[in-house]
Amino acid sequence: MKLVVASGKGGTGKSTVAANVAYSLSRARDVVLVDCDVEEPNLHLFFPAPATEVPVTTPVPEIDADRCTFCGECGRFCRYGALAVLKDRVLVFPELCHSCGGCTLVCPQGAIRETPRTIGSVRCSRPLPTLTLISGVLNEGEVQAPAVIRKAKLLAEGHPLVLYDASPGIACPVIETLEGCDACILVTESTPFGLHDLRLAAEVAEKLGISAGVVINRSDGRDDPIVAFCRDHDLPVLMTIPFDRQIAAVQNPGGLIGRELPGWEERFVELFRKASALQEVRS
Amino acid sequence: MIICITARGAGMDAPVEQRFGRAPYFVFVDTETGDSNAVANSLVDAAGGVGPRAAQVLVDHRATVLITGQVGGNAARALQAGGIRVYAYRGDGRVADALEQYTAGKLAPLL
Amino acid sequence: MIRLAVISGKGGTGKTMVTAALADINRLPQVLADCDVDASNLELLFPHRRISTEAFMGLEVARIDPARCQDCGICADRCRFGAIVRRDDAWQVDALHCEGCGVCEYVCPMGAIRMEPHICGEICTSATERGYLAHARLAPGSGNSGLLVHEVKKRAVGLLDGCEVMLVDGPPGIGCPLISTISGMNAVLIVTEPSVSALHDLGRLVTVCRRFNLRIFVAINRFDLEEGICGEIEAYCEEESLPVVGRIPFDLQVVEAVRNNRPVTRTQSPASKAIHALWDNLSEELEMP
Repeated sequence: MKLVVASGKGGTGKSTVAANVAYSLSRARDVVLVDCDVEEPNLHLFFPAPATEVPVTTPVPEIDADRCTFCGECGRFCRYGALAVLKDRVLVFPELCHSCGGCTLVCPQGAIRETPRTIGSVRCSRPLPTLTLISGVLNEGEVQAPAVIRKAKLLAEGHPLVLYDASPGIACPVIETLEGCDACILVTESTPFGLHDLRLAAEVAEKLGISAGVVINRSDGRDDPIVAFCRDHDLPVLMTIPFDRQIAAVQNPGGLIGRELPGWEERFVELFRKASALQEVRS
Repeated sequence: MIICITARGAGMDAPVEQRFGRAPYFVFVDTETGDSNAVANSLVDAAGGVGPRAAQVLVDHRATVLITGQVGGNAARALQAGGIRVYAYRGDGRVADALEQYTAGKLAPLL
Repeated sequence: MIRLAVISGKGGTGKTMVTAALADINRLPQVLADCDVDASNLELLFPHRRISTEAFMGLEVARIDPARCQDCGICADRCRFGAIVRRDDAWQVDALHCEGCGVCEYVCPMGAIRMEPHICGEICTSATERGYLAHARLAPGSGNSGLLVHEVKKRAVGLLDGCEVMLVDGPPGIGCPLISTISGMNAVLIVTEPSVSALHDLGRLVTVCRRFNLRIFVAINRFDLEEGICGEIEAYCEEESLPVVGRIPFDLQVVEAVRNNRPVTRTQSPASKAIHALWDNLSEELEMP
């Protein structure tokens, strides 16, 4: 089972839900939790433990100055502006490079080869005997989040039960995370901003053919617009987490309500059961 | 010496464009002959990485001075490496006005 | 003409809430532009009527002409993004994964692949009770870009006739969309909050803004939540000679106002009062009539 926790809007409590589900499931079985929010990874804050780090690299061009004739073919081919050919040298902007390899193909002198460049890392830890945490971390100023996500997902490959925490929004990192997964939980909050961004996230899941259900977080009981939206779009509301001082007091300093408040572990296990059932309905 | 001025249209009477990479036109002026040549910028609608690519266009046209409003970080690096000096023109005038101010030494270096 | 962009570096600091409040307070004729295209929420706070909608073309995407394709699969082999897939017994481009690099077009021995413009969103203009609004919506899988921001701003500028203020809700971060947003502005208002990450982002954002010919102002949202870090922000601004024009307290009525699709300035609340004071400071600094 591969389950993604996603949200259209940032700050809805997506990571908190992912961490709670992972913790609650790990009480009875082996779980792998993958932090795919590589621009702001923070699941490790819930599960501090020593980690082993694997660098993530992408190939970038390196120019052989002896062979280069400054013809400018590579610079004209590159659509990302990663190469600028000047009179007497070629400037490489590795942070603009998408690693397509086109420059090496078009160079008539064979003067370009690719060298690996570190853009981030994947950190693996085992905070609990039954919980493995794999966190993707994109270095600041880098743009190739999907490459880090791919590597993090690869390390979790083959495990029977994997939970993924996606980045907020609907751009390519989210698509990279959702790809190949069985079902998706969309975490939202009951404000117009939350609903607006849920709508976008639901569209992405639908486009990729992944069944989705909704968790309403910080609910004050006035969830009618969200509930109506979910009903109209065949999105089951899997769980509602109330806006509650006791919950906030656990969560604000980084605690897990599944661990610290009675009854919540069972609720998160139940959330997982319902989310798994989404997939079965479809298949 | 060849000077490039970013412009919203072709020619010396076109208004100066503030942006560098996505300027609609580059007007190249040869200060020795007084000839000017406007080149439409194919990067106007490009999605990204326009700065370094626009710098390459300037190098291809052998420009050594650029007059524009603003340049981003990557463009700045490419222009500097290409030995192109950049001067800021932030008025609402025409290409000819910017050139005149540059010649009179009234423009401040941007890089 | 005042051209003011509200920006934040870090996401989630309350930038849109502040923009909407300022738009609501300002009585000079104005145009609004929502350049935070990934979360274009400004329209939610002002009832509006759509005036125009246009397709937005992003990076080109490859297309395989099935009539010319000889099924060799070289394109799929060379594509680094897994964007060329086998579907219905033919090679096809999966537009969600295509990054528009052009390698497949280059390697195809049959000339069967073309790079074509691809719709990746729409750009809209709307009329609100507080002036015209230019905004955009992205298709799933597309990210904000400097080009899209530029297009949104261009629509806003086209509606400026007779206006004295252009107010822009900027994107988070310090990348291309941000640069595109602040280019051509006379002033930026940075909305920050007392958190370690926001302070860190503030420094990077100021460095970027300094490259431009504009004035920089700072507002601290939820300033009373972490007094220690708030003090650090104030000290940083002092050192960098950045005027702190507003301090907005934590206020549950902010959430309540958003829930009711209204700018917070329509409520009698501490946050509303603080944003009014912020606007007065800004008006004075920018010498608004």
